[in-house]
Amino acid sequence: MEKSFIIAGFGGQGVMVAGQLLSYTACETTDKYVTYFPSYGAEMRGGTANCYVVISDEPVGAPKVNQADYVVCLNDPSMAKFKDAVVPGGTIFTNSSVVTIEPERSDIHVVKVDAGSIAIELGAPKVLNLVIVGAIIGYTDVLPAENVLQTAFKKLGAKRPELNPINEAAFRRGWEIGRKAKEEQV
Amino acid sequence: MAEKIFMKGCEAVAETAVRAGCRFFAGYPITPQNDVPEYFARRMPEVNGVFIQGESEVASSNMAYGAAAAGVRSMTSSSSCGISLKSEAISWMAGANLPVVIANFQRGGPGIGTIQPAQQDYLQATHASGNGGFRMLVLSPMNLQEAVDMTWQAFELADKYSKPVMLLMDGFTGTMMEPVELPEPLSEEEVAAIRASKTWAARGKHGGPQHKVMCGPGLDTRISQEQMNERDAELYESWKTTEVEYEDYMTGDAEIVLTAYGITGRIAKSAVKLLRAEGIRAGLIRPKKVYPFPDAAYEKLPLEKLRGIVSAEMSIPAQFAEDVERVVHGRTRIVTALSSGGEVLDRAAILDAARSLMK
Repeated sequence: MEKSFIIAGFGGQGVMVAGQLLSYTACETTDKYVTYFPSYGAEMRGGTANCYVVISDEPVGAPKVNQADYVVCLNDPSMAKFKDAVVPGGTIFTNSSVVTIEPERSDIHVVKVDAGSIAIELGAPKVLNLVIVGAIIGYTDVLPAENVLQTAFKKLGAKRPELNPINEAAFRRGWEIGRKAKEEQV
Repeated sequence: MAEKIFMKGCEAVAETAVRAGCRFFAGYPITPQNDVPEYFARRMPEVNGVFIQGESEVASSNMAYGAAAAGVRSMTSSSSCGISLKSEAISWMAGANLPVVIANFQRGGPGIGTIQPAQQDYLQATHASGNGGFRMLVLSPMNLQEAVDMTWQAFELADKYSKPVMLLMDGFTGTMMEPVELPEPLSEEEVAAIRASKTWAARGKHGGPQHKVMCGPGLDTRISQEQMNERDAELYESWKTTEVEYEDYMTGDAEIVLTAYGITGRIAKSAVKLLRAEGIRAGLIRPKKVYPFPDAAYEKLPLEKLRGIVSAEMSIPAQFAEDVERVVHGRTRIVTALSSGGEVLDRAAILDAARSLMK
């Protein structure tokens, strides 16, 4: 089984970290094959940024896909660019705190995650990517949730251990939203 | 088995170089290979190696030349337009028989081009990375494990032939991350022994033979330029039997053969299975070294019986396809699947090109 992800937003939203959390977890805690490919412009902040993650039971052929199983859009420009980059039957996760564009496709699922607002509510706007990662895991079960959380503690907690509780809270809030969306869909 | 580590391509190359005994790196920043100098800057002090950010590409490649002349395993890296600036020193390395590993993380071109991945330096890498008609062994990995293995191999080959060797990467394999298994590092004793084995190297007045000359024959009276060119020509010719390296994947019963190198080779390989699932008997020829070109890989195919060959690369106009055409020489149809200027080739383009040959 191979699952592909495109995670897109603007520089500073934690797009790359979100992709890396999935990738490190796959590499370090499972036997799965994984690739991560970042794509960005010359800007440090504010420019469009996206990454491609493929997690598979077999060696990965194309680390960059034009049509992914799951697309994550953290802002409107990403939505405009990537809403057609999800396979029929696939799913778009949107950061509904700021995304206003509707995908206008009937052949895909949409999971709206109020990630920006939840992060602010938790007291750290920057954890919006943890909310999104939680939603992805809750919805897809592509990786064990506890493994992803442990990876977050290991990679993000190394420098900022005081953020571990808030990262965990963000992840769990997202996970609930993802899980609920999946249950409603079935 | 070694532990698998999730690494970025640039860093995997740099770490492997250190483990292979590289103790000198000079570079100059350019996207998408900045993680190479950054990694060496952090890592070299740990092994008593030297990292220098030169004042330019020209300076840093000449520094790598100098370190190699002192017998140290030496490396430099850049991207496309930066490699053009380094080409003066690369030609001098070839002329002076100095083993240096040069990595090119190709980006879009010509000129400053784009910072995104491309394969637009193929002809430069394989045919003319500087003046004077020299050739280099050019290794091109399709994934990060191959990037690791080929980095190690590049240092071995550079020393074996006492010539510069190129690692032809791209912005994709440089910036992507993937699990790799790294080789065990050479011990300090082994690194020292390699350096000591280079009796020709300039190491100052510590006994041993004097008046060592490391320069092109134009400045050396012991050999004429023509004699050196003839000697090199023989070496390049010998590589065609000793150094050819390619992957032949499922061509046994193939009616269509895909061919590509580097990251595009990886994408093409995954297209083989998809085509077979559609009932199209596809195979793949993937050069691991693009110089010397693996003519034999294509020669042994039943070319007249094939429906055709799909040659895929991230370069418009096609460059790699010219080598394929040279070997195939009209014996079967060749169609291309191309992208350029920083656009990564989509697998669908390869699949469509293959399907077009079935009509």
